Amino acid sequence: MDTKMLELKAAQMRLATWNMIYKAGTGHTGSDLSCADILVALYYTVMNQTPQTFEDQNCDHYIQSKGHAVEILYNVLADRGYFPKTDLESYSQFNSPYIGHPTNHVHGIEQNTGSLGHGLGLASGIALAGKLDHRGYHVYTLMGDGEQAEGSVWEAAMFAGNYHLDNLTAIIDHNKLQISGPITQVMNSESLTAKYEAFGFNVIEVNGNDISELVNSLKKQNHTGKPLLILANTIKGRGISFAENKAEWHHKVPSDEQYQQGVKELKTIIGGLKNE
Amino acid sequence: MSEQAKIGDVIVAELSKAADKDRNILAVTSDSRGSASLAPYIKKHEEQLVEIGIAEQNSVTVSGGLAHSGKRPFVFAPAAFLTMRSIEQVKVDVSYSNNNVKLIGISGGNSYKDLGATHHSLQDLAITRAIPNLEVYTPADQYQAAKLIQYLAISNEPAYVRIGKVALPNIYSDTKNAFIKPGKANIVVENGTDVALVSSGETLHIAIETASLLKMQGINATVVDLVSIKPLDIELLNQLADKTNLIVTLEEHSLYGGLGSAVAEALSPRGDIKLELLVFLMNQ
Ligand SMILES: Cc1ncc(C[n+]2csc(CCOP(=O)(O)OP(=O)(O)O)c2C)c(N)n1
Ligand SMILES: [Mg+2]
Repeated sequence: MDTKMLELKAAQMRLATWNMIYKAGTGHTGSDLSCADILVALYYTVMNQTPQTFEDQNCDHYIQSKGHAVEILYNVLADRGYFPKTDLESYSQFNSPYIGHPTNHVHGIEQNTGSLGHGLGLASGIALAGKLDHRGYHVYTLMGDGEQAEGSVWEAAMFAGNYHLDNLTAIIDHNKLQISGPITQVMNSESLTAKYEAFGFNVIEVNGNDISELVNSLKKQNHTGKPLLILANTIKGRGISFAENKAEWHHKVPSDEQYQQGVKELKTIIGGLKNE
Repeated sequence: MSEQAKIGDVIVAELSKAADKDRNILAVTSDSRGSASLAPYIKKHEEQLVEIGIAEQNSVTVSGGLAHSGKRPFVFAPAAFLTMRSIEQVKVDVSYSNNNVKLIGISGGNSYKDLGATHHSLQDLAITRAIPNLEVYTPADQYQAAKLIQYLAISNEPAYVRIGKVALPNIYSDTKNAFIKPGKANIVVENGTDVALVSSGETLHIAIETASLLKMQGINATVVDLVSIKPLDIELLNQLADKTNLIVTLEEHSLYGGLGSAVAEALSPRGDIKLELLVFLMNQ
């Protein structure tokens, strides 16, 4: 898929997610929109994983550590054919497997997350198993930048560096915001590049809302004996002008008026991409 | 076989045998290979050892990832750290995601004696009992420990095993019926129905000695080995309650949520008899 098609996909996934959150009256809007491009890059070109090969031990793996951004993940998985899109009509309803954090009751989801600070350790375990069994798969995990305050992240980072897990790529959705406000004011996790380098990672900083930059860095062969950290600079709420860079949109649900306005904006983006 | 054995040594020897046959078996340690007496295992299976460093939470999470990829990790750490510091990892990365991780809590109860309360584990059964999708075991002698590990090495269910430090006298004469299956308790002394002593793990032999002392006084006791703390042998406990006036439990754990609590919870729905339940706690 070429870059334009991927950009179109990302915009469509944003719209599907916006619709879903509005309809259900719940969801992590800003967090979803922030990482839409990252998920599209992973699921449409980077990862060697399909709905048919998902159970295969040799497939690539994805663990979403920032589990709260589950709505965008559901939409990407549905669009990739892991389950029918109509399934998502039950999102957040009683007895639906499509709940507000990822669970492995959903086809396409490997591990249950939602409590922050688990993904890097899980991904490291999977990566180590791949090394022990000489399997060629690659493991990806997506974390938040606020999540970096969890101590368990650093236990896992030390482990991944120690075991030279170069079949592991960790991505940080670096949108500079967490629930209560800017990272730098709540708990400053800055100098992430230096921190991860000190823990034994290679670090690449990219524009995390630029699909071609993401694809280039994610596809880069890494045989350096070091795990890779991609520090993806993103805009939280990306794609909806009034939600961009606003902490309050972390899990805010749009009003009727905001919803209509958002649909208009996303449809304009989609229209523009279609015309190019 | 010797008349007594350290359960930790038996577990390591048995795991080593299992690792001969199954290269997916892994011992996972958090700078705990010495306290877990893993040397004989490491000598034969160094490539089936994963050292995590002093990071008990990560030892559980990484093991979740390993199990997800087909490995059979056995995590060895002091029970206090494994079940308290790492309990959220146990809940999420073992139980909730259903990863086949076996948690071996070493030096449980008051094993660490003078090292103090940081190292004591008198709440682990309460905590692990409350976690869904997690079996809980307390082996009482070498035969039972060996049989339990043989089962755990091939089972696909997450489990927690609490063991102590000191050598324990033999209770069984061979592995055959020492551990039968999850949810199955064993009657180890059957003198009569005056009283039933229910215990497991490190305190079971004390219950058996107590039964002998009682017998000399003309009191006939039955002793039950509740090796499988979860699932619980509710059927056997009900049979006991049918026949016995007094049930006494004996354990090395807090009053809250341990073996005594488990027995009380299991029998509390009964409205048919007046049951007296005495819970004894052991302090070494
Ligand atoms: C262990 C844990 N603590 C708290 C929460 C509640 N929580 C959910 S999202 C969030 C903020 C996350 O911020 P960040 O990591 O920056 O993610 P973003 O949404 O900005 O991508 C918090 C505190 C949680 N899910 N898990
Ligand atoms: Mg953030």
